[in-house]
Amino acid sequence: MGEVVMPQMGESLVEGTITKWLKQPGERVERDEVLFEISTDKVDSEVPAPDSGVLEAVFFPEGETVEINTVVAVIGDGSGIGRHGSPTAPPPDSPVEAPPARPAPPPPPAAETREPPRRAPKRIHSSPLVRRIAREKGVDLSAVGKGSGAGGRITKNDILAYVDRQERAVSSGLPATAFPDVPESRFGQFDVEPLSAMRVSIAEHMVRTKRVSPHVSAIHRVDCTRIARERSAAKDRFLEQNGTKLTYMPFFLQAVSSALKAYPLVNSSLDGRNVVRHREINVGFAVALDWGLIVPVIRNADEKSLLGLQRSVNDLAARARSKALKPDEISEGTFSISNYGSYNSLLATPAINQPQVAILGIGAVTKMPVVINDAIAIRSMSYLTLSFDHRVIDGATGALFLEHVREIIESWNVPVL
Amino acid sequence: MPEAMVAAPGGAGPGPSAGVAPCQVRDLGRAGYGEAWDIQRELARARKADEVCDQLVLVEHPPTITLGRNADAAHVLADPTRLRRLGVDLHETNRGGDVTYHGPGQLVAYPILDLKQWRRDVGAYLRALEEVMIRTLRGFGIRAGRVSGLTGVWVGDAKIGALGVHLSRWVTSHGLALNVAPDLGHFALIVPCGLSRPVTSMERILGHAPNLEAVARSLAERFGEVFGRTMTEVASPTKIERESLRARAAGHG
Repeated sequence: MGEVVMPQMGESLVEGTITKWLKQPGERVERDEVLFEISTDKVDSEVPAPDSGVLEAVFFPEGETVEINTVVAVIGDGSGIGRHGSPTAPPPDSPVEAPPARPAPPPPPAAETREPPRRAPKRIHSSPLVRRIAREKGVDLSAVGKGSGAGGRITKNDILAYVDRQERAVSSGLPATAFPDVPESRFGQFDVEPLSAMRVSIAEHMVRTKRVSPHVSAIHRVDCTRIARERSAAKDRFLEQNGTKLTYMPFFLQAVSSALKAYPLVNSSLDGRNVVRHREINVGFAVALDWGLIVPVIRNADEKSLLGLQRSVNDLAARARSKALKPDEISEGTFSISNYGSYNSLLATPAINQPQVAILGIGAVTKMPVVINDAIAIRSMSYLTLSFDHRVIDGATGALFLEHVREIIESWNVPVL
Repeated sequence: MPEAMVAAPGGAGPGPSAGVAPCQVRDLGRAGYGEAWDIQRELARARKADEVCDQLVLVEHPPTITLGRNADAAHVLADPTRLRRLGVDLHETNRGGDVTYHGPGQLVAYPILDLKQWRRDVGAYLRALEEVMIRTLRGFGIRAGRVSGLTGVWVGDAKIGALGVHLSRWVTSHGLALNVAPDLGHFALIVPCGLSRPVTSMERILGHAPNLEAVARSLAERFGEVFGRTMTEVASPTKIERESLRARAAGHG
């Protein structure tokens, strides 16, 4: 009978993950034929059978990470099928009790349905990796209970799940994961589809931002009549001269850049107990995509002209839609804008884009009756929302910031062209 | 001291040709991923059978996304129809690692080495491949390094060289990819934007695109240095030779 062990693939490697069994128990194998495949970091290796014979037992399923030199399978003449205990069990000819027949391959990793492994009480089977995690996290392995690995071994996933449960138990009531199981959602007729990678990222980010930053919103009504006039007066000529459409965005970007200079705390991040005040003003703006959402960043927005800002907005938005943004065009933003007004929303409370501390929402610019000097006038109005992290910014600062933006927009007197 | 351990008379130690194992360099130029894989497979078979010495295959691929054994298919951001529209091929492979992008402007090197005749240590092999890229980049004035706990070669926080290896009886295939001047925007097809570490290239760092062949030549030299091999250039296989290599690979497949 030949035992097959997890090979040592290098000095620094203490374990490997079984990625694929090419033979099933009961099948005949020839010496040097590939028996299983393992992976370690960036390397995938084939492991040949050490002997010819019948694969009598396989002790670890695909996906399991196993210490080197651990017996993972047995090759024999075929008579031992169904008679191999777990590799950690005492010899099967123990006189005290009859050996329980152990089916091969091992049962699926559902610990409840597994026969109790016959092993010395209290002895905990785990890999060096698991023991290291336990040491680092201060976990007593005996508290983890029976693992899901073969013979009740505690796997890396078991210990990480245990640590996660413990951490969740002591944190606030909010779930630590963005993706809790909700079995009661499955009723009637339904279809199930997995989230896209981008959706997963957005979901994780949203849960994190709502958990980390206590959001508070202030809403100011802004008279946009002047910039509306400037825009309609200039938009045809602007398109002709620059080949790009003139929107409200560059006006708001300029007003925001100026307000960020006046209230630098709004242009910061919170790192531990330190406020990181950014010297650059890099303003991101949310772009809705058919498949999600992305926030490209206009670097040094305060140094750009109205034309330059409009060009950046159009270029970045177009490339966001064609997935041609470069990595540094979606990073290092210091503040964000969400222009949901283009979808006709009047008011919203946007979520902060971490690790920033504030975001400006722009509501639709609509004509409405307003009281000016006790007379009713028809003006182009918009509601601006500042959502801010109340850990860093207080209500007064938030309001002053919005008032600064409002004053610039309402007193706009620089012609576009 | 036993006689045998004294250096040979008149010799100043082993020279570059004395006892140094040979390694043939095969530059495929532009070749599709599937074609290059067939050639690798045939060379790996021949290497295992000791019909050839160690090999270093150099190639530049058309836009291709490959999924390693540990790949999470969700790490490909674009769906297959969209990839086809963009002219990007999708391949599942048997190398280690996750999802990778290959494309024009990226130098790909596939060493077919017998590690039994070097060191039986995959960790050391990965570090040596990283060293080859680090030395190559240094020759072009770029200071690159490793990031503890991660595989690959980095400039600051950005990845410039990637690794993914397959082993069969200690004979290697797959290998490394060095970003000389690829379209970095294409990496956005696989990276959930903004959430992984950034990717960079020699072009981005230098401000101009170095000649890919010059980088390839330099990389082959550095490879010889790091692995202690005498590199000999084999004439690029012609189309017919490639076809026959592929046909043989298919025969042994």
